[in-house]
Amino acid sequence: MTARKSTAYLLILPGLLWLGVFFIIPTITLVSQSLQEGSLETGYVMTWNFAVYAEVIQDYAPHFLRSLIYASLATLAALIIAYPLAYTIAFKAGRWRNVLLILVVAPFFTSFLVRTLAWKIILADEGWVADVLRAIGLLNFTDDRLLATPIAVVCGLTYNFLPFMTLPLYTSLERLDGRLLEAANDLYANPFTTFRKVTFPLSLPGVVGGTLLTFIPAAGDYVNAEFLGTPQTWMIGNVVQQKFLVSLDYPGAAALSVILMVAIISMVLVYVRRAGTEELV
Amino acid sequence: MMTTATENRQGEWTGGGHRAQRTRPPLSAALSWIREHLVTFAGLAALGYLLLPVAVVFVFSFNDPAGNFNFAWHEFSLDAWTDVCGIGGMCDSLWLSIRLALVATLGATVLGTLLAFALVRHRFRGRQPTNLLVFLPMATPEVVLGSSLLALFVQGGVGRGFTTLFISHVLFCMSFVVVTVKARLQGMDPRLEQAAADLYATPYQTFRRVTLPLVLPGIVAASLLSFSLSFDDFIVTNFNSGNLVTFPMFVFGANQRGVPPQINVIGSIMFFLALFLVLAAQYRTKASRRATK
Repeated sequence: MTARKSTAYLLILPGLLWLGVFFIIPTITLVSQSLQEGSLETGYVMTWNFAVYAEVIQDYAPHFLRSLIYASLATLAALIIAYPLAYTIAFKAGRWRNVLLILVVAPFFTSFLVRTLAWKIILADEGWVADVLRAIGLLNFTDDRLLATPIAVVCGLTYNFLPFMTLPLYTSLERLDGRLLEAANDLYANPFTTFRKVTFPLSLPGVVGGTLLTFIPAAGDYVNAEFLGTPQTWMIGNVVQQKFLVSLDYPGAAALSVILMVAIISMVLVYVRRAGTEELV
Repeated sequence: MMTTATENRQGEWTGGGHRAQRTRPPLSAALSWIREHLVTFAGLAALGYLLLPVAVVFVFSFNDPAGNFNFAWHEFSLDAWTDVCGIGGMCDSLWLSIRLALVATLGATVLGTLLAFALVRHRFRGRQPTNLLVFLPMATPEVVLGSSLLALFVQGGVGRGFTTLFISHVLFCMSFVVVTVKARLQGMDPRLEQAAADLYATPYQTFRRVTLPLVLPGIVAASLLSFSLSFDDFIVTNFNSGNLVTFPMFVFGANQRGVPPQINVIGSIMFFLALFLVLAAQYRTKASRRATK
């Protein structure tokens, strides 16, 4: 027994070391960086300057709010779009199932940024999507354009993380015992009731997994806001990268990063507890 | 065993449409197919949404743009395809991304697979905290991962370059490897290993002849995932690259300087190459399954 136990520790040691040195220590460094004062030239001194948190919240509350709203909208849209797709692959595709699955992940093969650039072409002011929406009068309230609006950013976010929503949904739907659906049918449930009472509840682990895999990266993303939006649609990720890499305000950037991390992880933990699929963690 | 129930229903998709087509004109047949198969229609529309940008990338790789930006159709041209590396720095960035993804995948797959084996096959103190620690990098937005490593490297006076990129890529790929290999291990029938032991196989033989071949598809899937995650990463890379430029960073810069159609050529080549590899692998497993029957 002891021999087996020491094997386990040997197996996890290299991975844990990596996580310890390059995940836990950096996180601590990030927190300490946020409480320091100074500049790159003169060096930083620890001053326990908690005021920086109040400052950045005051300055960038709109960006935080925007990130949460955009990410939530994108997650909701991805769920609505991905569910029929996952359902079709799991139940209707038959021998085409593998082909459809490959097509779901296929866009990943083209680079994420190249695809996001393609959305610039699709949503362009002279593009046919904008033309059609203009023709049916749907572009009046966005200054007559699609690109460089919040809609474009949310559309890009939805698109980029859609496979992350589809695959967990598919996995949980595929595991679903078909006899349960037949039983519901035998008990005179109509298709909608069957879906509401049987299929959807049983696919909840997929919904939870997909929501997390979509919401987390979407909330921190700044590529979509940069490519498809304007400074008015900047999300918190844009500010963090701007402060870290352009204006070199390390303490402020670190404080923003810490707030984002605490916000996301606490939201995720509450959500996972609520949804009751603790096997995820 | 679960699939049998769903496979019984596989006729649904191909059956209804054909019958309707023979008796009604095509358009109304299509409309009535949509009405009868609303969910499937929505699913296929979603697939269209997923693939539309890929099609746009491909089409615009044949564009001869009027200015620096390849955002509006101007004229058909094969120039970008015949002179892929004609853009300064692009192919260098591509080569850097490939090398980085290869070493990061190797590192992440080894560390992640060991972790997955320990977490599924062993009961040890600290198993739950380890599970949580592996999950956390996935629950942390990439900006935070990237910036925390940057903070570490800046405070530690570590110059940023290939090594810091390697470190950060192994970090974020590893968790995905653990999850993928864990799933495969959990789905394995433990009785197969017991049977091997009953037949006097040593633990090493059992591992070599039974366990490893069964887990291998999971490990291969994990390393492919890890390769594409690393190759495609922009956010973490941007924080820790120093003055190196990976392919995603080149594309990001191009958004400001000018987008050459060569970027679309690379995107298209990657798409078709990967699609070909996946389909070939599919075909091979099918062929070998037929051969063993």
